[in-house]
Amino acid sequence: MKPHLTRRGLLGLGVGAGGAVLLGACSDDGPNPVVGGGGENAQPAATNYTGPNVALAFWNGFTGGDGPVMKALVDRFNSENPNIKVTMNVYEWADYYQKVPAAVSTGNGPDLGIMHVEQVATNAARGVVLPLDDVAASLQLNEADFSPPVWRAGVYNNKRYAIPLDVHPQGMFYNKAVLEQAGLDPEKPPTTGEEYLAALDKLKSKGIQGHWATPFPFTGTHQFESLTWQFGGQLFDEQATKPLFAEEPGVKALTWLTDLVKNGYSPKNVAQDADLIALQNGKAAFNWNGIWTINTLRAVKNLEWGVSALPTIGSQPAAWAGSHNFVQFKQRSQDQNKLQAGKVFINFISKQSIEWAKGGQVPARKEIRDGAEFKALPEQAAIGSQIDNLHFPPSVPGIPDAMATIDTAVNEAILLRKEPAKALADAAGKANQILEQNRKKYGG
Amino acid sequence: MVEQTVRAESATAAPEPAPAGPVKRRGPGATPYLFLLPYLLLFVTFTLVPAVYGLWVSLHEWDYLLPGKPFVGLDNYTALFDSASPVFDFFWQSMEASGIFTVFSVPLLVVVPLGIALLLNRSFKGRTFFRAVYFAPYVLGVAVIGLLWRFLLDPNLGAVNSLLGAIGLPDDTAWTTGLPWAWISLVGVTVWWTLGFNAVIYLAGLQDIPRELYDAAKVDGGGRWAEFRHVTLPGLRPVLLFVVINTVLASSNMFGQSYLITQGAPGVETRTAIMYIAEEGLRGYRMGSASAMSYLLTLALLIISMTIFRLFRTKD
Repeated sequence: MKPHLTRRGLLGLGVGAGGAVLLGACSDDGPNPVVGGGGENAQPAATNYTGPNVALAFWNGFTGGDGPVMKALVDRFNSENPNIKVTMNVYEWADYYQKVPAAVSTGNGPDLGIMHVEQVATNAARGVVLPLDDVAASLQLNEADFSPPVWRAGVYNNKRYAIPLDVHPQGMFYNKAVLEQAGLDPEKPPTTGEEYLAALDKLKSKGIQGHWATPFPFTGTHQFESLTWQFGGQLFDEQATKPLFAEEPGVKALTWLTDLVKNGYSPKNVAQDADLIALQNGKAAFNWNGIWTINTLRAVKNLEWGVSALPTIGSQPAAWAGSHNFVQFKQRSQDQNKLQAGKVFINFISKQSIEWAKGGQVPARKEIRDGAEFKALPEQAAIGSQIDNLHFPPSVPGIPDAMATIDTAVNEAILLRKEPAKALADAAGKANQILEQNRKKYGG
Repeated sequence: MVEQTVRAESATAAPEPAPAGPVKRRGPGATPYLFLLPYLLLFVTFTLVPAVYGLWVSLHEWDYLLPGKPFVGLDNYTALFDSASPVFDFFWQSMEASGIFTVFSVPLLVVVPLGIALLLNRSFKGRTFFRAVYFAPYVLGVAVIGLLWRFLLDPNLGAVNSLLGAIGLPDDTAWTTGLPWAWISLVGVTVWWTLGFNAVIYLAGLQDIPRELYDAAKVDGGGRWAEFRHVTLPGLRPVLLFVVINTVLASSNMFGQSYLITQGAPGVETRTAIMYIAEEGLRGYRMGSASAMSYLLTLALLIISMTIFRLFRTKD
């Protein structure tokens, strides 16, 4: 990345180019050389495929309740597009991110896949995924169709590598029966920091530890990140030259979480997933968790629960979110028919994403998010209302390695082994070294 | 190594009878090599070549997908000894974690299964049933036992703490998130999980000890303890050597239990060497650095194995 251009500046260029193509496409004068040309994936894309029969391998990590939903969408695509046969393979995400690059390097990679947004830059820099600017262009997708942070997160080095399928933000899940038990209104969950602490106080007086502060990445780190943004902070600067999470907003965020334990609003030593189990068992009132929790809680009999946007503890609303994105993988030899068919598939699934939303996600496409059908999904819609307050890590290769240091800091602070400021400062020192190592490696 | 000793011992115990008649002497020909060939092929393909290749990788800044894999000489190794490098703290911390686990789990995994094997070697009703009971957990995969114990040991919601509370003991022990509890949990779970394997090896060894020796000990007026010291233990020595070395290697390569039960927490205190090497190589794509770490770990284990081997030898 060129040091004198900010990331936003680069993104601006990308968006501008996308807009230009959009205009170009309207006047129907063929693929625009600005965006369509130059890449390895330069074939102009269309929304239908008329070539010879092709088979596409589509890999992803939808091992949970989302797997069958995607499978049903793939089946529908196959029956509506007799000349394209998509076969879906599912791996655990952790395995997936090891398997896919290895498979691509030996020429046995799949044609299509899903990638979390923070993985895109790393895989783009390592040549695992192909640029998709032309897909976006020929499918006439641009920033306005999505949400700016989601749409921008798929760009690395001024090229788009990913088409967003969904976002999965954090929301605040609450146990209505427990709120009622403490004399709180189960239909009006707290929305501000004061309200939240007042509710926790009331719960505490009834012997209930309302918010179990978890020291593990799922979802303790996510909560820390949400709060850091709420306090006006950032995790890294935009080009990830240095970590910012140990500055004041980060310290405030982690102190707030750690104080939940110190003040007895949360038990000590909360283990992985215990916070969510406590909510289901009526031992906790609140749990800030990912949107996927909707499916988990629906499966629990006799549980009265609700979900809302995260309360604004800091000075502004913000929430952690992940995002699933479509990618196309590099092949030993490019088969233009397959690339074309892959684009048709991406477009199809993207347009069907209301079905995907029913599986417990917020569709990335604005038209679907704004539609009546999505609004009729009360839980998804409540979490989806945060769409413009979501943040993603900088699109810089190797960023997940630096993010892992945050996990350790959060763990040490919430387990009361280190003071928040010290834990974050130690982590930032490590993150700095890792960022530098990555710059050397990927040529920053 | 181990198989060799076993064979050597049995050779001295039963010297080969002298050839009875004139035997036509023939060179071994190709036959032994043909028998060796399948194993040799597998060994070369899956052990020797990757090992040498790994050494080569460890001398480079190696990401298999990046076009440039610059040669960096011993940089990956020197980084492990340079306290200013990004890997120094994490690596030695993880080596320490593996060390702690090994030091506490090996004695238990050597002694407890021996006791169980001695008991199960006596004839009593339901012996087969108990043999199966002790061996049963070993059949389970690490994912199963990891998940199982993570829930049982949960500090706030787990069955272990609530049982302890029910009998009036403290019910807030941080089995998976605090120290030293996390180590106690990891060692305990591992002993429960794998003792059956060592017990079975001991059982096989016990059955190889000639009954006459016990009879002789009785005639000499030796008690139970004397029998154990002078007959059982010496008879088990090759088996014991195998069990000790095998257990040390298995314990120092511990990965799954930490990964699933504690996730390396608190902080990175229970992140073992293998866990960190996997993160460095497979998640951070720094294969060169990860290979260098593996070689250092291998070297340490080699030295330890050789020391143990020697200790057992000099007793002869």
